[in-house]
Amino acid sequence: MGTDLLLFSLFGGVAVAASLLVVLGRNPMHSVLLLIVSFAALAALYITLDSPFAAVIQIIIYAGAIMVLFLFVVMLLNAHKEDEDVPAGAPTMKKPLYMGAVLAVVLAAELVWALSVAGNEPDGMLTRGASPDSAALGSVRGLGQLLFTDYAFAFEVTSILIIVAMVGAVVLAKREL
Amino acid sequence: MVRLEYYLILSAILFATGTVGVFLRRNVITMLLSIEVMLNAVNLTFIAFGRSIGSADGQVIMFFVVTVAAAEAAVGLALVIALFRHRETLNPDVFTSLKW
Repeated sequence: MGTDLLLFSLFGGVAVAASLLVVLGRNPMHSVLLLIVSFAALAALYITLDSPFAAVIQIIIYAGAIMVLFLFVVMLLNAHKEDEDVPAGAPTMKKPLYMGAVLAVVLAAELVWALSVAGNEPDGMLTRGASPDSAALGSVRGLGQLLFTDYAFAFEVTSILIIVAMVGAVVLAKREL
Repeated sequence: MVRLEYYLILSAILFATGTVGVFLRRNVITMLLSIEVMLNAVNLTFIAFGRSIGSADGQVIMFFVVTVAAAEAAVGLALVIALFRHRETLNPDVFTSLKW
């Protein structure tokens, strides 16, 4: 068993276990903290895929910024446990729970099948270091050149999106709507 | 040697986990967290495919997905705060004002 497979199993297992605990846990605070663990494991997987810049923004933006935002909201709303009381008139929960679990298993099987077919290249191996400029492609320099040449329009549109989201968040969270 | 399919299967499992969360949880914040899990599963697919074909495009698209996820989290959490202020609960079954 190579080091590659060992690292993949380790971090993949941590990511799946942490995500399952996020989904199945009752306490939103624990969910947020476990999701940070899951993101850290995914960042390690990105490093094994020769994508250090992706790993860094995964840690800084996702685990650092977005999760802290979630943590703030969980603490502000004092929502330490899930409401169990179903309001009158709401549909009973048993059947949707069952159906949701079945549909999720079907979805997982279908995704595994579809992605396996898609990934079934003649050479299914990850071509580690095969192309000489693969290291340059994943570097910050290479990504920056791509972002400001081929993807310049999308990059500028992203800035508009962020401004709109920021104004929308401020308007929505204002006291008098 | 780790094959491309291993990453894709891991990504499918993570995506299905996020879907389970959206279906099962009765808490708006946990549902948003499950959506983040799904977004990350897709990011893993982009990076694995990009690595496989020897192109940096996968990482660029992952960058854009992270940006959109940040915008989504900001607006979604603002909505959660506004909803909580009106109804004093996070249970999505209570928010039925738009139901006909």
